[in-house]
Amino acid sequence: MSIVATAESVRTKQTRAVVVADETLAAIEARDGDIHAFLHLDAESIRAQARGIDSQIDAGQHPGRLAGVPVAIKDNLCQRGVPTTCASKILEGWKPPYDATVITRLREAGAVLVGKTNLDEFAMGSSTENSAFGATKNPVDPSRVPGGSSGGSAAAVGADMVPVSLGSDTGGSIRQPAAFCGVVGLKPTYGTVSRYGLIAFASSLDQVGPFARSVDDAGVLFEVIAGHDPMDSTSLAISAPDVMTDIDGGVAGLRIGIIPELMDGSSDEVRARVVAAQDALREAGATLVSLPAPELLLGLAAYYLIAPAEASSNLARYDGVRYGNRVDGADVSAMMIATRTAGFGDEVKRRIMLGTYALSAGYYDAYYGQAQKVRTLIIETFHRIYQSCDLIVGATTPTTAFEFGSKTADPMSMYYSDIFTIPSNLAGHPAISVPFGTGEAGLPIGVQLLGPALSEPTLFRAAKFLETEVGR
Amino acid sequence: MSSTHPLDANDVIKVASLARLSLSDDEVERFTGQLARILDSAAEIAALDLGGLAPTAHPLALVNVLRDDVVRDSLDRDDVLSQAPSVNDNRFSVPKIIGDAP
Amino acid sequence: MSTLPDGWFMVVGLEVHTELRTETKLFCGCANAFGDQPNTNICPVCLGLPGALPVLNQRAVEYAIRIGLALHCVIQDSSFHRKNYFYPDMPKDFQISQYDIPINGPGYLDLPGGVRIGIERAHLEEDTGKTTHLGGTGRIHGSDESLVDYNRSGVPLVEIVSCPDIRSAAQARAYAAELRSILIASGASDGRMEEGSMRVDANVSVRRGEDQPFGTRCEIKNLNSLRSVQRAVEYEALRQIALLEDGGTVRQETRHWDEDAGKTHTLRTKEEAYDYRYFPEPDLVPVTPTQAFIDTVRTGLAPMPAERRAALVSLLGEPNDAQIDQLLAVVEQGLDHFVITAVNAGVNAPLALTRTANELAASDRSLDNLDAEAIAATLLLEQAGDLSATQSKAVLAEVIAHGGGDPKAIAKSKGFEHMADGALDLVIDEVIAAHPDEWERFCGGDEKLQGFFTGKIMAATKGQADGKAVSAGLRARKN
Ligand SMILES: [Mg+2]
Ligand SMILES: [Zn+2]
Repeated sequence: MSIVATAESVRTKQTRAVVVADETLAAIEARDGDIHAFLHLDAESIRAQARGIDSQIDAGQHPGRLAGVPVAIKDNLCQRGVPTTCASKILEGWKPPYDATVITRLREAGAVLVGKTNLDEFAMGSSTENSAFGATKNPVDPSRVPGGSSGGSAAAVGADMVPVSLGSDTGGSIRQPAAFCGVVGLKPTYGTVSRYGLIAFASSLDQVGPFARSVDDAGVLFEVIAGHDPMDSTSLAISAPDVMTDIDGGVAGLRIGIIPELMDGSSDEVRARVVAAQDALREAGATLVSLPAPELLLGLAAYYLIAPAEASSNLARYDGVRYGNRVDGADVSAMMIATRTAGFGDEVKRRIMLGTYALSAGYYDAYYGQAQKVRTLIIETFHRIYQSCDLIVGATTPTTAFEFGSKTADPMSMYYSDIFTIPSNLAGHPAISVPFGTGEAGLPIGVQLLGPALSEPTLFRAAKFLETEVGR
Repeated sequence: MSSTHPLDANDVIKVASLARLSLSDDEVERFTGQLARILDSAAEIAALDLGGLAPTAHPLALVNVLRDDVVRDSLDRDDVLSQAPSVNDNRFSVPKIIGDAP
Repeated sequence: MSTLPDGWFMVVGLEVHTELRTETKLFCGCANAFGDQPNTNICPVCLGLPGALPVLNQRAVEYAIRIGLALHCVIQDSSFHRKNYFYPDMPKDFQISQYDIPINGPGYLDLPGGVRIGIERAHLEEDTGKTTHLGGTGRIHGSDESLVDYNRSGVPLVEIVSCPDIRSAAQARAYAAELRSILIASGASDGRMEEGSMRVDANVSVRRGEDQPFGTRCEIKNLNSLRSVQRAVEYEALRQIALLEDGGTVRQETRHWDEDAGKTHTLRTKEEAYDYRYFPEPDLVPVTPTQAFIDTVRTGLAPMPAERRAALVSLLGEPNDAQIDQLLAVVEQGLDHFVITAVNAGVNAPLALTRTANELAASDRSLDNLDAEAIAATLLLEQAGDLSATQSKAVLAEVIAHGGGDPKAIAKSKGFEHMADGALDLVIDEVIAAHPDEWERFCGGDEKLQGFFTGKIMAATKGQADGKAVSAGLRARKN
């Protein structure tokens, strides 16, 4: 059932929000012991929220577009009074005194906030293996990673524990796990969804977005969370984009770009599914154009300087003074060092040090400064590409979900799994990953659609089309 | 254009100190190897001639996002202090400070 | 003017941080208030909670531009950077500040004496929280626990950086005093150094010969009053000269001014200098004020101290040195409108200036709501001879205490009546008769007794007597 249908039946009392909540809890009970998608779950709070929705309906009120719809939340979004850890020991036990704007929007829409999902610590990773509280497993094959960093949110939807969830995407952290878990994942245009209350990894790249079982559900959830927020200076002063009105409009007449470099190094099975998607689009009346753009591959290196640089500053505040965990020391500096050394995991330390280095005296121009210029180059490259096409179709990830431990020894090999998703973050553009069949081992394969800023309506149209063609 | 030198253990010790992290000797060695590999791949962009391009700090071209000078509710003090590792006299308590602020 | 050993010259630049008088903080809606209960004006933003984001206060931008215009600065498009360093009073462990492109570029400030001091920049940034040190002496050294209150965290600051154009300790003080007057006049800041809303750091170096290159400089922190600015700069220049004359070298370092000891001591050497890793603040967007907005701010700007001093000079005609000192003080303290109101009411300018410079300026009460008309009315009574100088001062004290009032009624309630002709002569004769020995010694040349007799006569007349008439009466009888 779609979330629109669920909300409709809750609103018309064909079912009750408490019944939906109990079904959700039962599904989590059945699967999460194996999957470990959730870091925090409070059954009583879920039932209480559902009862609240039901009593609003009983009182003749309209609880909103997501009445009674369960939504899981990545544990880097602040929810008032609910433990929020970023999967880090340094924040273990911290309860934010405020709600992120997206949480407020979900509440206002009548959604039931189900719990906090697992992630790579501070969203730094591509496998959810970097969680301080244990990895999440891929619901399709538990010997494999769910992707990351939003692995918990992707797996919770992929395992049918919840219909939709929220994640965050800094370099592919929604799209890559969506592809690995066989669900839909959107990285919206930078500035369309408020970052207020999203615990920052890399501020100029981070964006909150939806995971869903279907393109329609992703579209509805996106419309609910998007729109201007005066608490976020980087929020675009526009109303929430309308992606649903024309979502069934098809792809006839669209010019769709193929960037050979965005398939570079893909496995044969991934390549085969992308080609199948291209064929389907062409047959449905889209024009496909090949547009080589080798500059986009520079994005990976630029990203691995820019994101850690911003992160090194964003994560300075975890110093044991105001909140979170403290490890004592003889003086304040020793306390801060002890706290941070004990509180952060290796990947976080690696990126903090990398970012600190890239910004430090003598290296700024060569590293951070150059990376910012590459960012300009990538934006200009996209600009050139979008003179000739409306959208780009390509692979979300070079491979299907990999096995636990297979990339942990070599950070670079892990970073490489984000090579196709990173350019959109650097440019602030939207991109969506749609499941488009499976590979030889039955593992999901995602096709990525990329578009220019605010092209979500077109992206959703094309994504919806691919969803209907998934069987071919 | 810009020059870089290979990262060594001293660099790692220095950035760890700037970032308020302490590393064991083993960690210094491990992180030096890993960070050097990452910076190696960054060398391809450090070596690019991008003289004509302006840096992009931010993907949006927004300017002048301002708010009115109107007081909003502050947080409840007890709520905030209840989350603090150490509190004394309604303030956040820290061990002795060596050295003034910059 | 220089108090330095022969052949030595000092070079000084000042960095002044001033808090802006906004209702709310720079990046959040918490109240910008001094003296509230600790940690009551805090929110996710100014406490640096995970996930919180800054949004710039429009009024802070306007106030910064006011300061820039008052200092003849170039107002320009600007952006914010992060200055990264760990310190417990800074909630995010970085400060949001303006780095390479400040809102106010180069400008200048003219000292009352005519010397022009260049302004390098005046940029916006956020203040830190406030730390209290427990144990030991209550200072940072010897304390074993510190407590942090974040009420001040995020309060808007403008940092005004002068060029190294200052050449003496007295000039450093004059610059700080003039800047303070300008800040107050702009309405952007209250300039209260004692509350820490204006804080001064000084960069001091010395050289042998005015045509020599600048020497190594030291930065002096913790200058909490105009007096400390002058003393610290003087001390530091002499310290450096003594060091150099002994064959030593000056190390570039940050030094702390100890007001009680009257000395500076090392805080931090250059080797321990921070690497701030400035980079563009990704959570904020650039500020690009339009020319129309800048013009509106300019139009709304009140007259600056230089203009106000000129107005007083024109009232006085050709002021003498004492009057120049008085008018400098009156304008510095923002009291010149009392002089102008009194003169407009018919009081002669020297009297209006003297009473304002002494009676009003010396008052420890707030003069913000004091009725200037009541002051003028009092001075008119004095000018007409209805009140003696002593009585006038007593009435002024009462008017100041109540923020206004009817001076005639106050005079009456104090029993101040105009003395009838001949009444003073009678009192003088009585006082002389009552103290024959003293009178004989006075007539014999003991001038100290002039004060003795004046005091007795004043007491007998309850201060109604005019001081000049008393001394004239005494002199007439002595001869
Ligand atoms: Mg400063
Ligand atoms: Zn605040």
